[in-house]
Amino acid sequence: MASAPTISPTETSSPDADVVVDLDTPWVVLVWNDPINTIEYVAIVFQKLFGYSKSKAMRLTMDVHTKGRAVVSNGTREQAEIDVFRLHEHGLWATMQHDD
Amino acid sequence: MPWYSPRRFPVVRPRSDGRFDLVLDVAHRDTISALLGELDQLIEAGPGDPDLRRLHPPAYPDDPQRDAEFQLLAGDELRTARRAAIETVRSSMDRSVLDEDQVWAWLRALNALRLVVGTKLDITDEEYEPAIDVDHPDAGLWSIYHFTGELEHAIIAAIAR
Repeated sequence: MASAPTISPTETSSPDADVVVDLDTPWVVLVWNDPINTIEYVAIVFQKLFGYSKSKAMRLTMDVHTKGRAVVSNGTREQAEIDVFRLHEHGLWATMQHDD
Repeated sequence: MPWYSPRRFPVVRPRSDGRFDLVLDVAHRDTISALLGELDQLIEAGPGDPDLRRLHPPAYPDDPQRDAEFQLLAGDELRTARRAAIETVRSSMDRSVLDEDQVWAWLRALNALRLVVGTKLDITDEEYEPAIDVDHPDAGLWSIYHFTGELEHAIIAAIAR
């Protein structure tokens, strides 16, 4: 992800704790780092699509940026496909996989 | 690393009623409209163009059969949604006020343009920033790449909460 120098994450708690995987709905949606979408854009898309707070959206975005990917949502296969579609509609590199 | 200032090309300004004044100057509106018209033609021509590959990533990268099903079901819808966003932007050029959905259409359409231009430029490294002069064959694409980045960040600054 390209970045502008003004943004720094304000919280450092583990982003893994943000998305709790329900064993009955074991599909996860991943967003992958890419060199064109900017940090600010990815973060505001997360806020809009998932209703995440600014700080949580930025935490997930920095996870994508530094670790190469982050789980951004989970649910049934149908729910995951809808989320992947909406992320693709916004130009993000999103995939889904069975969480096993 | 590109530095995008939200103040260089103001696009929209928040109003007290929750909508936005479209403040982008007319010359830039014309430029964007023309560029998005070209993008729309590329999308209409079909998903086979490798320059469009970032617009429709695989949903199931490790499962080609499932992914083919997904692309079959979602591909047309995705193209339709993207072309609708472009149409929203192009038809809003002579407006003075946009609602939030229209502003998001601007953001999605500009970002799609930037993804395609970035793909044409073969940008694979986020730090990649060659020093090219105005005579370079890619100078125009780089100019669009940075212009759309500036516009996106101006919009994000206006809608961020």
